[in-house]
Parts: sequence; structure tokens; C-alpha cells
Amino acid sequence: MAIQHPGGTPAAPLLEVDGVTLAFGGVKALSGVGFGVQPGSITAVIGPNGAGKTSLFNTISGFYRPTGGSIRFKGQDITRIPAPQRAKLGLGRSFQNIALFRGMTVLDNIKLGRHAHLKTNVFDALFYMGRARREEAELRRDIEERIIDFLEIDHIRHAPVSALPYGLQKRVEMARALAMQPQILMLDEPVAGMNREETEDMARFILDVRAEWGVTVLMVEHDMGMVMDLSDHVVVLNFGQVIAQGTPAVVQQDPEVNRAYLGSGDVGDLRRKLHATTHAQGVA
Amino acid sequence: MMDWAYLFEICLTGIASGGLYALAALAFVIVYKATRVVNIAIGEMLMAGAYLFFTFAAMFALPLWLAIPAAVLGSGVLGAVIERTMIRPLLGEPPISVFMVTVGLASVLVGLVEVIWSADQRRLPDFMPSDPIMVGDAFLAPKVFWGAMIAVVLIAAVLLLFRFWRGGVALRATASDQAAAYSVGINVPRVFSLSWVVSAMIAAVSGIIVGSIGGISSSMGVFGLSVLVVVIVGGLDSVLGALVGGLFIGLVEALAGSYLGGEYKLLATFIVLVCILMVRPYGLFGTHEIERL
Repeated sequence: MAIQHPGGTPAAPLLEVDGVTLAFGGVKALSGVGFGVQPGSITAVIGPNGAGKTSLFNTISGFYRPTGGSIRFKGQDITRIPAPQRAKLGLGRSFQNIALFRGMTVLDNIKLGRHAHLKTNVFDALFYMGRARREEAELRRDIEERIIDFLEIDHIRHAPVSALPYGLQKRVEMARALAMQPQILMLDEPVAGMNREETEDMARFILDVRAEWGVTVLMVEHDMGMVMDLSDHVVVLNFGQVIAQGTPAVVQQDPEVNRAYLGSGDVGDLRRKLHATTHAQGVA
Repeated sequence: MMDWAYLFEICLTGIASGGLYALAALAFVIVYKATRVVNIAIGEMLMAGAYLFFTFAAMFALPLWLAIPAAVLGSGVLGAVIERTMIRPLLGEPPISVFMVTVGLASVLVGLVEVIWSADQRRLPDFMPSDPIMVGDAFLAPKVFWGAMIAVVLIAAVLLLFRFWRGGVALRATASDQAAAYSVGINVPRVFSLSWVVSAMIAAVSGIIVGSIGGISSSMGVFGLSVLVVVIVGGLDSVLGALVGGLFIGLVEALAGSYLGGEYKLLATFIVLVCILMVRPYGLFGTHEIERL
């Protein structure tokens, strides 16, 4: 489902990662990573464990500072901008290991997503006047009517997040990222650990986010079926380098990708080998 | 034969001085909650605030309405400087390192006070009404009463700020999950600064109150010892725990002091501490997670 660009020429990428290198001491987590995220697309980053996918995410959202290269967002160089400012510019994200504010309710968690955009100061807040009241009303309308309904979490809005099952926590995290009014929604393994049904729900949400809100999606995901179904553009990382990128069809045909990711390192393959060895020992 | 009126009077005094413990404990808890730093120098920060007030009110002879805000603001600046120069550079180091820095900070503050103001005991100018306070037939020392009143008002104000002010919400969010706070646009380093500033300002107010009740000296930081007992009993990261723990320890000290004698005050508090740690190692209201130092 390639997006149509007016005039047929591709638009300037919304997010541009250019030659990004990230080193921890002598270990290179990323070397010369470069790709672009087209506005309105769903772009997926895949790769075996330890390929540098989460490092890449953390570099884009500003948790790590790259040792080389640059990151441009809406044409602006954001390489040196700290994480909280990037959030304000329109980069919303979720985490691989859910990072919710425990001890707060679902609604409070989602509301905190809007934190960066609020302008209320201490005096407004104390007296709950003017700006505070207006902002709170707007916030409530937007969050309650759009985000909560949209993600179908109405029934748990006042529940403490720590009491929720895993799948719902992931959904609350996505709701909080949406409350940030992001232009790019970065999802780090949105369906990891989910069952078939939950995965299908999440896939539907991701497609709807793009369709209804016009949000561009960048995700890291291991579920190949989902990646190939949803993505417009797939970037394959291995050992911190981009080994292939393109449409799902192109990437699936790439021999190097098959070798690195779908081939010999495959779990099924490993299990077969293990089984063969133990079986041989059992016979002997 | 039990004298109920006497017991009532002691309990009142205990609860009132417990209010002061609660205030100082709140200053401790704010820093611990936001930054996970065990600030052993909390008593010395109280002392610094009291000495700043002494300087403005007695040495510069400023009127009280100017001297108190000046001392509180001065302490806020001190808190910011401490955070920026001593705590921030240790971000990511093991908790024991940061803990030891605050131990050092306590000595530095005591040294500074002795160098600048000498080690002599001083009296703070009186600013609280001195009419005796009667609750029924029970007498309550006016300074203790007014001190407790100020503490209650300030604690309420801080709790409201935490609940409704964006900075307070940011602080709670940071305490809960730093990565998540970062990702929704909360400036985490600024929250760290903010927590130290607010903590130092609260400590200054309680230092001024404690100092005007008992006088100030370079050994005033000992008050911090009781505050540490309060926060350990209440749970290091619990605001509610600080309040309940403060009142409780105030009560225990008052009862032990009057029925057993003044020298049993600390003994009683520490016995209580040991008992509570045996049953609930994370304090009465604290998060169930233990950091070994």
C-alpha cells in the first residue's frame, strides 16, 4: 500500500537518519545507519536480536547521543536536541519493556502524554482559573472522546495501570504516545508477547492511527507476518548496519536478509539441530 | 493513678512537635522520591536555613517579612547549587557514592557555619506570638503551637502543589518512571534540580521554626537524626509516611521524655525504629523495594 504523492515524486522524508554511528566504549551498536521515513508511511525496522534496533530507537528519540551522523526531523537537524524537546517537536514513542507511570490511573498516564504541550503555570493551576480550566477541558475532551474511545480502553480508564494485563498496558502506552499529538509514532515491539487476537487488534490500531490521525508510524517488530502485512517500507539491521531496505516484497527476496535473519539463525532450525543431537545421544 | 489531663497535654505537645518532624521529613522525601538520593545532610540543610534567617534578621536587621522569604530563597539557591555541583555529576553512580557525598555535605555545612558564625549557640529573633495557648485545660507552648500551625499550612500547600501544579505532576511522574517521563517531554534534569530547590526551601522553613524554639548552633543538625528515623519509619518515598511517621515519632518522644525522663527520648525512638524495621523493612508506607547500602 504505497502512498500516493502529489505529482508522483516522493515527498521529502519526515524523518531522515543519516550515517548514524553509536558506540559504547569500543562496542559499535550502530555504524553508518541511514534511511528515511516518508510522511504517512508505516516503516518497520527489523533484524535479529542485538542488531541495534532499540539502540536506533533510543538515538532517534534522544536517549542516546550518536557518536557520528545526523538525524533530521521535518528538515530540522535534531541530533543535538535533548529528548524532552524532541517529544515536543512531535516524536512520540512506546517502549519494549512497558514504561508506564505505576501507581497512577490509566487516565492520568494518558494525560501526562500531553504534559509537554501544556502552558499552565503554577498560579493558574493553584486557583484553577482561566488557562488551567480551559486547557483541562480541552485535554479531557480530546483524550476522552478520541484516544480512549479509539483504543477501546474506556472500561479501564480509572484502573491503576499496574493491575492491567500486559496487552492492555501496551495499549495504554500507545494511548499516552498518541496524547502527545505526535507526527511520528515510534513503537518498540508493539505486539511482543501478545497472542494472535491481541496482535490482530494492535495491527488494526496501527493502521487506524495512520488512516484517522494521519500519524506516520515507525516501529521495531519481530512478528514478521505483521511487519510484512502492515509496512510500506522495511529497514533491515544486522550488527548495527543496514543490510537491506525497501518494500516488504523486495526485502523478503533479499538473500542477505534471509541469511542474517530468516535463515541459519532461525529458532526452528536450532531446535531441529538440538533435537538431532539429543536423539543421537539417546540412541548411543 | 493516671493523670489524664497531664497525658493529654503531653500528647498535644508531642503531636505539635511531630508536625515539625513531618515538615522536615517531607523535605527529605521529595528529594528521595524524585532522585533516589538518601540525603543524610537534611538536618544540616535545616541548620543552613536557620543561619541564613539569623543573618538576615539579626545581623542585617531586615524586617521579618523580608528576612524569612530571603532566607527561604537563599536556601533554594543553596539547594540548586548542591544539586548542580555535587549530585548531578554523580548521576548513574552507585547509590552508596551519592550517599557518601551527602555525608560529606553535612560536614561541609557544619564547617561553613562554624567558620562564618562560630560554634556558639545563638538565639533567633522572636517572631511568633507568645500568648500561652490553652486547649481545654491543657497548656501548649506558644512557639510549638505556632510552629506546628506553620508546618501544617506548608505541608498542605506542598501537597496541593504536587497534585495540581504541572511541576509537581512532573515530579511524581519522574519518581515513577524516568524513561517514560523523558519520552513524554518532561525535562528530567530540571525536575531533579526542582526537587532539591523545593526540599531546601522546606528545610529552611522548618529550620527557622526549630531554631526559634530551641535556638541555633552548629550542632543543630542532630535534629536530622530524628528526621531520618521518621522517614525510615514512614517509608523513604512516601509523603503520607512522612506525615504519619512525623506525628508518631513526635508522640513517642514526648511520652518517653515526660514519663521516663529526657534521656530516654532517643532510646525510645530508636527502639521503635528497630521494632518497625523488623516487621516492615520498607517502612510503614514505603515501596516494597530494598536498596542495600
